[in-house]
Amino acid sequence: MLNPVNNTHPSADITLDFRTQPESYHHWKIHCDGPVAELIMNVAEDQTAFEGYQLKLNSYDIGVDIELYDAIQRLRFEHPEVKTVVLRSGKDNIFCAGANIRMLSTASHGHKVNFCKFTNETRNSIEDASQYSGQKYLCVINGVAAGGGYELALANDYIMLMDDGNAAVSLPEVPLLAVLPGTGGLTRVVDKRKVRRDHADIFCTLEEGIKGQRAVDWRLIDEIVPRSKFEERIKEKAEELGAASTRPDNAKGILLNPIERTETDNGLTYQYVTLQIDRKLKNATLTINTPNTPCPVSLDEVLNLGDTFWPLAMVRELDDAILHLRFNETSIGTINYKSSGKHEIVKSYDQFLLQHRDNWLINEILLYWKRTLKRIDLTSRTGFALVEQGSCFTGFLAELLFATDRTYMLEGQLEGIDIPAPTICLTESNFAPFPMSNGLTRLQTRFLGEPESLQDAKQLIGNDLDAQMAMNAGLVTFIPDDLDWEDEIRILDEERASYSPDALTGMEANLRFAGPETLETKIFGRLTAWQNWIFQRPNAVSDKGALKKYGTGSRPEYDNKRV
Amino acid sequence: MSTFDKVDYDSLIPNNVDLSSDRSLQRALEKWHPNFIKWWMDMGPNGFQNSEVYLRTAVGVDPEGWAKFGYVKMPDYRWGILLSPKEEGRKIPFGQHKGEPAWQEVPGEYRAMLRRLIVIQGDTEPASVEQQRFLGNTAPSLYDMRNLFQVNVEEGRHLWAMVYLLHKYFGRDGREEAELLLQRRSGNVDKPRILGAFNEDTPDWLSFYMFTTFTDRDGKMQLEALANSGFDPLARTTRFMLTEEGHHMFVGRTGVERVIQKTCEIMKQHNISDPFAINDVRKYGVVDLPTLQKKMNFHVSVTLDLFGSDISTNAANAFNSSIKGRFHETMIDDDHQLLNDTYPILKNVNNKFILSDEPAINAVNARLCDDYINDCVQVVATWNKVIKSFGINFTLDLPHKAFHRKIGDYSELSVTPKGDIIEASTWNAQQHDWLPDNEDLEYILSLMTNVTEPGKFASWVAPPKAGINGQPGDYEYVKLAA
Repeated sequence: MLNPVNNTHPSADITLDFRTQPESYHHWKIHCDGPVAELIMNVAEDQTAFEGYQLKLNSYDIGVDIELYDAIQRLRFEHPEVKTVVLRSGKDNIFCAGANIRMLSTASHGHKVNFCKFTNETRNSIEDASQYSGQKYLCVINGVAAGGGYELALANDYIMLMDDGNAAVSLPEVPLLAVLPGTGGLTRVVDKRKVRRDHADIFCTLEEGIKGQRAVDWRLIDEIVPRSKFEERIKEKAEELGAASTRPDNAKGILLNPIERTETDNGLTYQYVTLQIDRKLKNATLTINTPNTPCPVSLDEVLNLGDTFWPLAMVRELDDAILHLRFNETSIGTINYKSSGKHEIVKSYDQFLLQHRDNWLINEILLYWKRTLKRIDLTSRTGFALVEQGSCFTGFLAELLFATDRTYMLEGQLEGIDIPAPTICLTESNFAPFPMSNGLTRLQTRFLGEPESLQDAKQLIGNDLDAQMAMNAGLVTFIPDDLDWEDEIRILDEERASYSPDALTGMEANLRFAGPETLETKIFGRLTAWQNWIFQRPNAVSDKGALKKYGTGSRPEYDNKRV
Repeated sequence: MSTFDKVDYDSLIPNNVDLSSDRSLQRALEKWHPNFIKWWMDMGPNGFQNSEVYLRTAVGVDPEGWAKFGYVKMPDYRWGILLSPKEEGRKIPFGQHKGEPAWQEVPGEYRAMLRRLIVIQGDTEPASVEQQRFLGNTAPSLYDMRNLFQVNVEEGRHLWAMVYLLHKYFGRDGREEAELLLQRRSGNVDKPRILGAFNEDTPDWLSFYMFTTFTDRDGKMQLEALANSGFDPLARTTRFMLTEEGHHMFVGRTGVERVIQKTCEIMKQHNISDPFAINDVRKYGVVDLPTLQKKMNFHVSVTLDLFGSDISTNAANAFNSSIKGRFHETMIDDDHQLLNDTYPILKNVNNKFILSDEPAINAVNARLCDDYINDCVQVVATWNKVIKSFGINFTLDLPHKAFHRKIGDYSELSVTPKGDIIEASTWNAQQHDWLPDNEDLEYILSLMTNVTEPGKFASWVAPPKAGINGQPGDYEYVKLAA
């Protein structure tokens, strides 16, 4: 094993690719048997995303989580028949030791934050599958579930722990590493599982964790099962959870084929999404393109299209592009969102989705779009929506206007471009199906201080709104005309690029999530803010800090001043 | 038990920890003791609880007190709480706290780590009693039967020693852990003992001799590593335990030696010069030397797994925290803090083992393991001397450190007893040459007969060179209950 102290891993130089499929997995296996699937974690020690560490004891890095994210997506889209997912370890006596400490101790701060955010989103997508797709998750713990291992368990509907005197759950981050469980652990313990705060305090400072009956008594887990009864009980419980599922019995899944993209030095081109990077201005332009023909009218036809159905194909590309920007283009501070196509075509798709939302696949597509919009909300880059001639921000695409920090809409036409002036169009999609992390729609959040504007906006459903109308309705920020447009946008980009990226990240995150707190907003806001602060502090990351000292045998030295 | 019927624990339990004046400890023991006795009756030697056994009892730690011999029924054995005498002004000899006065109370920051170490150590003691509980029924002699029971009651006493520490220093958690030590069961699928080797069967006496030679020797190494602990009560407890552990290893070493002696005698007597003429040897009801080698390979490899990974963060933490040192820590010539030292670790590079220098503090497990191997090498050498004295062309060899491992970095490799890394398929095809197969084990089992006539021994094992406490060869070490 390499000595972690002498190695810094070059996370900045390695490009991560989020596209994978079960045949290429190193760490996970999906085993489907009728209504029950097993999702088995068996991490290959040497298959690491970066150099300088080994993934011992089913610990994970971003590579392991990329596969997990892919597996969860596939279980939803490819296996409508699966009603219960049994998440378990492929190793004896060990469930999961959490995020790999040697990886964390050598990773750049930026990578750690990105990593935590992505793992959080993935855990949330498990809860999303349970709540909205009726695909229930049963976690069976056959050994030590420490830190991120227990946090992974916490995202499940039901946690079963082997009662063998060895298997235990723990969040040892504070006593062992001087950091926090960064994947929702603290929040889920008290908010989701409603563990008493004094019990939680003991639990989160007990390195070895809690096992057996006490783990049940404190609501850290749901059930303990002796080893000899384990498999039998898993089967029974999986069936019981599945019985309450709303998943269809006889539907056929669709295949998520590999996403094709062309890579250049300054961008990515997918079938419906293009990403263009301006390195001088440190910004990226993400353009969503529509197909040329409207949505098929029959559901069967759409089911046959599978992953080539535009809203699904497009959102997969968009998701991939956002993740690429987050991990591989860390210096690009601003994302300009554009769209290109015909309103009628987007409208036809939007209507189709709303009309068939009871179908399992259409429901999954809507949910995927919801999650991707949340991913945009949570991306620590400035987002601007630019509404130009030829754009088609209608219905679900119009959500992008409200997911960004500001929206600029061209008033009228640019001289010499013979395309009609841009319009935008609200539909039912903007009033319910895509809530943010705070549980409100983007328009509800936008109009928290002026509820009458929300009512007014509802009256505008179906209308093509030109710039002035959109401005009057409070749906856009600025509406420069032909004379000002180019200058305004240039100045906007240049000005934004001149600010401190840290200050912008903090400011944007504070401004984006007005309204009520939810489990999700707490996880992302409160917890990751604390975690990111602690990740920067000498008590964790200096040469004498706990994260650096871990595994060296010597103890950290703390600055005892409380801040 | 009514309140008027209190056991006088101070007289029942030989101790040098001032038990009579420690009310809280007495209260804890009052709860634990009946459960211990129940455990002993359920899981201790099967069928011999009423027999009178010629046992050594430790009633004090001074030379007169620690070896009192006499007949006693095992449930009446006086399990004492005995610590080596306190060294006034003792200083911590290693780790971050080197030079500080040894702790008489548990430091809060190390409480969890210490408790875990004590629980793991404590768990092995009742486990081995459970593993050996049926062996009394096939004892090759009363001498051996008595030795088995001596080992068993002393493992019981070692459990007491660990439970004393848990009760005295670890509050409610400690009491819960003490209770759990009586609830786990060796080999039980639902409540297994903590460490793998302590869930293996000890089905026959050759296994018992091997276990006491090799697995109890791991116990010795672990106790030696704790004997210099910064936590003084742990250091003093383990030092006294070591005096008893020595006898267990004696039982094992001389046991195997007597098996070898008998085999060689038979080979000589019947002019069998080829040690690999297994069927010729087995005809006479003794254990052939190649099978002994295979048994040894098995027990050594299973025991090496008890040391954990060569490179270990936990071990480094325990060392740096001045809780668990190295073998003969105070005799090692270095800074005892391992701030800048390295230690060579065996590593696989392109299917060859090479030595690679690693930070010594992360390698304390590897070092303890290597010290253990050195200790074993000397034992095997005494066995080979016996074989050689008969002029038989055979030597027993300790298997390679990486052979047949289930834990640590070597567990992913397929390694021969000589240390060659080979393909897994080849290893699987050849493993019968290296590890006992069913036929071997059945043969050994077939030799197990109960010999209870004083002075008589089973066909496959020679008598000992001397009796216990100077007793004559036909001494009745166990008076079997009618």
